[in-house]
Amino acid sequence: MITAGIDIGQRNTKAALLENGGRIVAKVSARTGYDFEKAAAALYDECLALAGLDSDDVSYVVATGFGRYRLPFRDANVTDITANSRGAKFLFPGTACFLDVGAGSARAAKIDANGRILKFRATEKCAAGGGGFLEKIAFYTGVDIADLGRIALTSTQPVSLSTVCSVLAESEVINFVTQEVPMENILLGACNSVVGRVLLTLRQVGTDPEVTLTGGMNLNVAIPKILEEKLKLKPNASADLYYAGAIGAAVLGFRRVSRTRGSPGMGG
Amino acid sequence: MGAYSVGIDAGSTYTKGVLLDAQRTIVGTAVQMTGVNIVAAANNVYRAVLQEAGVAEGDVGCLVGTGYGRYNIKFGHVQITEISCHAKGASFLFPATHTVLDMGGQDTKAIRTNERGEVVDFCMNDKCAAGTGRFIEGSARALGLSLKEVGDLSLRSNRAVQVSSTCAVFAESETLELLAWGHSLEDILYGVHSSIATRAIGLLQRVGIEPELAFTGGVSLNRGMVRCLEEQLGVKLNTSERTMFCGAIGAALFGLERMEQEVAAPPVRA
Repeated sequence: MITAGIDIGQRNTKAALLENGGRIVAKVSARTGYDFEKAAAALYDECLALAGLDSDDVSYVVATGFGRYRLPFRDANVTDITANSRGAKFLFPGTACFLDVGAGSARAAKIDANGRILKFRATEKCAAGGGGFLEKIAFYTGVDIADLGRIALTSTQPVSLSTVCSVLAESEVINFVTQEVPMENILLGACNSVVGRVLLTLRQVGTDPEVTLTGGMNLNVAIPKILEEKLKLKPNASADLYYAGAIGAAVLGFRRVSRTRGSPGMGG
Repeated sequence: MGAYSVGIDAGSTYTKGVLLDAQRTIVGTAVQMTGVNIVAAANNVYRAVLQEAGVAEGDVGCLVGTGYGRYNIKFGHVQITEISCHAKGASFLFPATHTVLDMGGQDTKAIRTNERGEVVDFCMNDKCAAGTGRFIEGSARALGLSLKEVGDLSLRSNRAVQVSSTCAVFAESETLELLAWGHSLEDILYGVHSSIATRAIGLLQRVGIEPELAFTGGVSLNRGMVRCLEEQLGVKLNTSERTMFCGAIGAALFGLERMEQEVAAPPVRA
């Protein structure tokens, strides 16, 4: 049985196909853009094509992320927190706490052995701690966002940003650029600032090991490193965790279908 | 030494320049986007005001920098905080001013002034950019409209949509979300302007509102914002096409005063 998870985030949409709740068949991602229904549909088709499957082969589609209500072909939708907890647990079964940093906001939760949420916190009033800030910094310093983390890690003298507001921090960064502060020092300072913010959210739920990082920050090598330094423990981070929301949604889809099929009267 | 004074206000979004002659008449104004290179923007604006008035650089007696980029304008003789400059500039444009609301690209300041245009009290957004022009910019970008268009369009609505975000970064996504829910462009924009007006009035109340009230900074050109502020405050605001230049005007006035003092009391030579 194939189930699909589609995570429509503020910046990127991620899709994953799962076989029998245990094997990732395909996963893809693309910019969400303005027309996210269209972006999600195109991405889903791409994911199916990659797996050599047809939409009829998929038993259940679960949507998550901020755009989840706008996916017309969904069978169900779940919150980001639920999806990410299942995704983190699927990829790193020892996960006790996870931190999901997206473009616009960050979430943290403490979960039990089954991936159920015990406690959670989210940044919602403002974009401080959102990864979108690093995109702006990449723009102002002329660095490719994909290289930002690697360049940041070459710095030994990171600048210190005095503000938490993404908008005001942008100006601070422009001032550093004008003062010809070495680029890597600015980039590491910006990464430190993001981690500092999201740690406040994580610490509210707890930092019991294992801590797993989900979402887009897995694509930035500096973030797990800084987290490790500040937490004094190594967080789980991997390229697959970028897709944790979509994977978790597909896992939940599988459980839901199995439960229906396994219910009394259907042979289970 | 020249008789003219120049004020350059390097703001987060726009850099403004004003040239004053010895009689305190505005003889040149210029504006351009600040962008990433603050020094280049300030230099361009400086050249532009000189050119507009046909004044040579040697005729400038004092060049004063203000705005958040003031310490980067290395060619200025002196740097003065934009709060003092806006107070002075507002009193110059509207002599009965006692309260100034300066709304810029990422700062909003409420300033109480005395009869001489000196600062009595002020407060500003310091922790974040909520309640500043940046929120309107985000909405405008989401809709593909100019800053002038969004202000004018908001005037066509009588029913403001409740806007729940205050973070300027969320302005774009919330605007799109509200559109997706079927609200009209005009109603959303009225809602956006109303919510920022409410925050700005919160700042004004902290310094105390004493008429007359001048509205300055780049956002003072936005008629939709003027309407929302006037509706919620119940008083008329003083604005003009020159209130955007208020900081630069104030800076140039400080320059003239400095020049006059130097003439009155020439530096003592050893």
